Amino acid sequence: MKSMRKLNKAGMILSMVIGMIIAACMSPAAGPEVVESDEAAAPAMQEVQSTLSIVQERGKLVCIGNSQLPGFGFLDSEGNFSGFDVDYCRAIAAAIFGDANALEVRPATARERFTILSSGEGDVIIRNTTWTMSRDTDLGMNFGPTTFYDGQGLMVRKESGVATLQDLQGASVCVVTGTTTELNLADQFAAAGVSYEAVVFEDFDQSFTAYDEGRCDAVTTDKSSLVSRQTTLTVPGDHVIINVTLSKEPLGPAVRHGDDQWFDIVNWVVFATMLAEEHGITSQNVDSFMDSNDPNIRKLLGLEGDFCAKIGLSNAGCFVDVIKQLGNYAEIYDRNLGPDTVFDLPRGLNSLYTDGGILYAPPVR
Amino acid sequence: MQEIHASQVRPPFYRDERVLGIFSQLLVVIIVVGLGLFFYNNMITGLREKHNIAITFSFLTQTAGFDIGESLIEYSRERTYLRAFVVGLLNTFQVAVLGIIFATALGIFVGVMRLSTNFLVSKIAAVYIDIFRNIPLLVLLIFWAQGVFLKLPRVADAIVLGDAVYLSNRGVAIPWGIPTESWSTYLIILGAGIVVGAGLAYFLREQGKRTGRMPLVTLWFIVTVAAVGLIGWIVLPQPMTLDVPILEGFNTQGGKILSQQFMALLSGLIIYTAAFIAEVVRAGIQSVSKGQREAATALGLTAAQTLRLIIFPQALRVIIPPLTSQYLNLTKNSSLAIAIGYPDLFAVAGNTILNQTGREIEMFTMIMGTYLSLSLLTSLLMNIYNRRIRLVER
Repeated sequence: MKSMRKLNKAGMILSMVIGMIIAACMSPAAGPEVVESDEAAAPAMQEVQSTLSIVQERGKLVCIGNSQLPGFGFLDSEGNFSGFDVDYCRAIAAAIFGDANALEVRPATARERFTILSSGEGDVIIRNTTWTMSRDTDLGMNFGPTTFYDGQGLMVRKESGVATLQDLQGASVCVVTGTTTELNLADQFAAAGVSYEAVVFEDFDQSFTAYDEGRCDAVTTDKSSLVSRQTTLTVPGDHVIINVTLSKEPLGPAVRHGDDQWFDIVNWVVFATMLAEEHGITSQNVDSFMDSNDPNIRKLLGLEGDFCAKIGLSNAGCFVDVIKQLGNYAEIYDRNLGPDTVFDLPRGLNSLYTDGGILYAPPVR
Repeated sequence: MQEIHASQVRPPFYRDERVLGIFSQLLVVIIVVGLGLFFYNNMITGLREKHNIAITFSFLTQTAGFDIGESLIEYSRERTYLRAFVVGLLNTFQVAVLGIIFATALGIFVGVMRLSTNFLVSKIAAVYIDIFRNIPLLVLLIFWAQGVFLKLPRVADAIVLGDAVYLSNRGVAIPWGIPTESWSTYLIILGAGIVVGAGLAYFLREQGKRTGRMPLVTLWFIVTVAAVGLIGWIVLPQPMTLDVPILEGFNTQGGKILSQQFMALLSGLIIYTAAFIAEVVRAGIQSVSKGQREAATALGLTAAQTLRLIIFPQALRVIIPPLTSQYLNLTKNSSLAIAIGYPDLFAVAGNTILNQTGREIEMFTMIMGTYLSLSLLTSLLMNIYNRRIRLVER
């Protein structure tokens, strides 16, 4: 019996040693096991297939968006997504398929959006995403043209009389995690020498509920989102967004590093909406421009130069489809955020450069 | 000689039970290790070829840049990610330790109630157990945070108890001691008191063993330590001053603030886990044979004495292993804190740090490793205790 146990023990040790030898052989550094590492690399090889062809094979665009932010990306009670960001998802779908509805919006939290994109579960992020250097480099993103110039703001109760950062000494501030918001808050309050308590939540709903209940004295996020969420508070009129901007927040679409053609498509769909506004082309009057003599307009509308082919789209009127189905930048903005909506957000920086804003699209040429 | 030798002739190796046994074990180990390595290799290659990312922990020494609402150690945005990680870990640890203590107390109480012969008492315990054991913890936590603690009065209208305790939807502010310069000296005195007390306890126990009349060892120990502590407190110039919270500006200042999120998480975990512990305790008590109770009663022990001296020591053997599982569950369940905004390990590391650095694999390895260590530590302590109390068979 005893010798048997000893033998078993010896067997165990032996098997461990052999296991380790195999381990050494299989580690990536070792040469002979090429077959293994090739197999592992197989999914990486598939990645060479372009995003455009994946999207076309699938028959629809998968756009990583928001479902909790009215005006930008919001899932209504009937299960439809609407908003400024969602319209840009629709615009890309319209350019590729000629059909704005060839789209699946994949709602994601602030935290998971980049992971979903890099794992290939989605094709593009349009989810009030701030363009920052570390995201551009570390996270392997490429940011398209900014669709909305925003800044981080603070909302407080009117009765508190807060007007500046210094007034918030010792206050509790509700904030949503996983965004640049948390960092800006820490930076600006440190710069102003104001101590505060950060109450960090994982999503917007909880953050604003806590603020609404008085758990926090202030709530912070991008100003556009503050305007949007103010409408959902118990008494919207009791709250005010103070005239302090904590950060620059250029919001725009983001795609994976390494597929330039796909990046070009996203870029030029956004530029096309701005150019359309610049030339006065709207979803209503686009047909009347089809006999235009202006070379700039003719190129944009695919009557000259075949620019859609240059970004890999066979449909020569790819931008016409965008303008027809979604409209130009002004139409998209007004439909979601303009004077006729509850938000009534002034265009401000988000006007064309000709109107005192900073929207400046390069020419189609 | 010859015959013995003949009986030792071995069968061919492919029919030798021992060789086959070793071979099959070897095969299993190779398969398991090989699979593990294949997946690891797959991950590393994928990361390298697809995203050009290598696994590294160097980001931990970078500046974190974000603030954390509550911390047991000094922390500010200039500190490193590693420091932020430790802050989260300590917050988890705090909730876990307090949760385990209170859940055990409440659980034993309810478990004993459940076995009461009094109809009302027993049914109250049964209803408590059935309700809280059957509600998902996340639901309970969100109810507790948003439905109870967030509905308390705002801080300006806080409920004030004796001018010292403020109860509002920001949390509970209580008076708290602030150590002065003489605090470290006082700690040394207290340490000396414990050493003296332990020495006395050892002496008393030895004496008890010799005479056969065991004195009240624990009581003497406590009295000694308390006496030394009291003398030290009087002799030294105020080792600690009391800081009473006052309402000033937006929040209460001073004292110790047990935040709304902390209170919600702690109460949720206690109430939930206590329901399970109550059942564990009931099972343990019921496992003690009826004869033991009857014998104790026949000897004239009171009900309380029977429970303390006869039933509980025997029930503990059955209780401890499943109780350990409940402790592990409580610790792991505390990671749901993220849902109600308490900065525990998972909220700080798995959310904020991960999001800012984009280092999923490193962060999750660290988080899983930490929870695993916490669980193994709990198991270890409980196993040591279990070994002490288990039935010694001769």
